[in-house]
Amino acid sequence: MNEKVRMEGIFKRFPGVIANDGVDLDIREGEIHALLGENGAGKTTLMCVLAGIYSPDAGTIRIDGEKALIRSPRDAIHAGIGMVHQHFMLVAPYSVAENVTLGLNKPRFLLNERKLEAEVGKVAQSFGIQVDPHAKIWQLSVGEQQRVEILKSLYRGAKILILDEPTAVLTPQEVRELFATLRQMAKAGHTLVIISHKLEEVMSLSDRISIMRKGKRIATVNTKDTNPTELARLMVGREMLFELHKEKATPGDEVLSFCNLHALSDKGLPALRDISLSVRSKEIVGIAGVAGNGQRELAEVITGLRSATSGKVLVNGKDVTNNSPRQVIDQGVAHIPEDRKGAGTAPNLCVLDNLMLKCYRVEPFKNGPLLNLGRIREFAAKLVKQFQISTPSLETPVKLLSGGNVQKLILAREIATFSELMIAVHPTRGLDVGATEDVHQMLLEQRSKGAAILLISEDLDELLALSDRIDVIYEGKFMGEVPADADQIETIGLMMAGKKGEIQQPVPAGIRAQA
Amino acid sequence: MTWDVVLATLAAAIKAGTPILYATLGEILAERTGILNLGLEGMMLIGALTGFLICSMTNNPWLGVLAAIISGGLLALIHAFLTITLRAQQVVSGLALTMFGMGLSGFIGKVVIGVPIAGYFRPFDFPFLSQIPFLGEVFFQQDALVYISYLLIPILSFWIYRTRPGLHMRAVGENPATADAMGISVAGIRYLYTFLGGCLAGLGGAYLSLAYTPVWLENMVAGRGWIAIALVIFASWDPFKALLGSYLFGLVDAVQFRAQALGLAVPSFFLNMTPYVATILVLVFATRETARRHLGAPAALGIPFAREEKT
Ligand SMILES: Nc1ncnc2c1ncn2[C@@H]1O[C@H](COP(=O)(O)OP(=O)(O)OP(=O)(O)O)[C@@H](O)[C@H]1O
Ligand SMILES: [Mg+2]
Repeated sequence: MNEKVRMEGIFKRFPGVIANDGVDLDIREGEIHALLGENGAGKTTLMCVLAGIYSPDAGTIRIDGEKALIRSPRDAIHAGIGMVHQHFMLVAPYSVAENVTLGLNKPRFLLNERKLEAEVGKVAQSFGIQVDPHAKIWQLSVGEQQRVEILKSLYRGAKILILDEPTAVLTPQEVRELFATLRQMAKAGHTLVIISHKLEEVMSLSDRISIMRKGKRIATVNTKDTNPTELARLMVGREMLFELHKEKATPGDEVLSFCNLHALSDKGLPALRDISLSVRSKEIVGIAGVAGNGQRELAEVITGLRSATSGKVLVNGKDVTNNSPRQVIDQGVAHIPEDRKGAGTAPNLCVLDNLMLKCYRVEPFKNGPLLNLGRIREFAAKLVKQFQISTPSLETPVKLLSGGNVQKLILAREIATFSELMIAVHPTRGLDVGATEDVHQMLLEQRSKGAAILLISEDLDELLALSDRIDVIYEGKFMGEVPADADQIETIGLMMAGKKGEIQQPVPAGIRAQA
Repeated sequence: MTWDVVLATLAAAIKAGTPILYATLGEILAERTGILNLGLEGMMLIGALTGFLICSMTNNPWLGVLAAIISGGLLALIHAFLTITLRAQQVVSGLALTMFGMGLSGFIGKVVIGVPIAGYFRPFDFPFLSQIPFLGEVFFQQDALVYISYLLIPILSFWIYRTRPGLHMRAVGENPATADAMGISVAGIRYLYTFLGGCLAGLGGAYLSLAYTPVWLENMVAGRGWIAIALVIFASWDPFKALLGSYLFGLVDAVQFRAQALGLAVPSFFLNMTPYVATILVLVFATRETARRHLGAPAALGIPFAREEKT
């Protein structure tokens, strides 16, 4: 196979970190090349250099053997490179056709919507991509938006397509479809680079795998000559267990219960419709479902960030319905939110400040109306060490940490003081295998210490590995409950698609007693 | 009140609304690309003064208008340079521009205070259309700059919503990172429309000194720049709604003016206040309405863009 892309000595420094430290990488024509590495290893940076988003401090790029000067995304587009970013680059109020043709000069001046949509539809069809050119982006599911992103690159004649963690937000069904599309593209001669943290996916999809660690490429292997254990060792530099030590469930008293909950979404539409559940101490209850079916709203209603329009939430038998977040925190509720940079941290504040956000008003961290900074420092330093948060200093703004480390920081803060109830939403989304294992371990530890945990996730493997039982949510309703057994996957998948009759939820004991 | 008085008041409302309309349209252009320019008042003042100076020197109001347009645009370029290239705070830079415009125009304008000019924009009957009953009298017995503003509205609306350059302009204001990744020059587009916005603000200013009250008075814009900034929100960044809002304020202005002329037993301070009070009231209700219907601002309004910046 011909060499399609060769990157030589790519060096890229950001304030305080060297993201790429002299990386060499070659990608062959028509192959699917996977890029693996821990959080913060520099994968996204390297690919952004190729796509013209970042300009490297040193290094050269060759395409088809010829030196290519890529100084802007426009240069990259001309060189036939397209990138599907982890956070999609789409203009939400625009239609699919408008997004696909954004930046092009055809047509030059007058926009004829109907003609544009027909044209885009035709090209989509020729690549076997199913999408409605007339639909507005905000109306589309995440999977459909991703297809628009891929189409956008293909429409510009991209021969090299980079996908940054494309499966992180997809359902198993969508992942299968995506992989079929990608394989077909490779067969048609496209060159693909895919960044992923999921070793099974990488094993099943790619031809070759490059592993990055701390800004360097440390190995490239043929997929058929390797296995997940070796990949993990290369990435992390230590043996991975891949096995969670999960004790048998010994549920105690009911800690959380809610009943007949109703709530509205941001758009003012019903997001939760009459759902009830209870979670006891020493148990993990999983909530499975495709994103956007009410999971976020559920977590927010319980933690006081959103008001319920009707229904009741009890924590330890106390009614906390529509209490303020502070009142809920005081009941011993910890929250690992979906939105790490919005609800989880204050990205411009430093590690120290973020770690004390929850405890600054209690002894010994307060000193009358003042902060006891000495104590706080000690406490933060201890947490950083205990949870292995990798940060240049306690004063580093959180927005400069990698995804895995931000998540560890949130966990550290939430777990620092024992909480009786933990609401964890997508706790390992976007995390590398090492960090994922750490987070799983921490959650199981909290469980054996006696916490009740509500785990909301899209990752079925994670739900099956951690939960004691799983409820499936669809359009704001519970479709039913199954034990966390691997042979329930089909049932769960069906319920996630809304395909099974609703099962009546028993009213939790605590609420019955109150009534 | 007779019909004549009503029609005359309505015609006066159009006149009073026109400078605000130009400024609002200018601000819409800049804000659609994500640049908030609070320097409107300053650019209008400089436009009013430059227009007046050039017109008094050349006796040609058209040259005055041209000079006003250029001076407004140049002033806006300072804002563009500070906020786009140097990535300064847009609010701070805009406020500085307003203060600069007020100070400079007050200083230079001293020489022409009270000087009359011969050539200025006078109303004329628009052929044919001025004959339409009622409408003709209100809309088509105005001056040339008013007629130009009638044309500008559909042109801008068409440009923004129906053309490729308009699509790119809105994309830059909604999601600059995406526009950039698609090969659109974010800085280039922001410079262009900030400049054009300044040009229209300068034109709005010139309307005051060359048509509305053809004299130079210190600080003669009198807060109309701020009203225009508020109107952009009321108009939810749409040229046609900007027209509606501007004429509404023109009407309030015209009515209070007439009330003063009639010698109503209300202190003139209160009457002078009405347009500003109306601004506040309209803003309160308009923002509630736009929030309810999610007719939000361009998503990237006020946020500087740099390709390599991590957000
Ligand atoms: N625009 C930026 N400004 C400052 N620092 C950055 C920027 N982009 C990345 N970094 C830093 O560079 C390092 C490499 O980041 P990069 O995003 O390339 O890692 P990654 O391998 O993609 O990790 P992940 O798996 O978490 O996505 C990290 O320490 C990150 O914080
Ligand atoms: Mg990344």
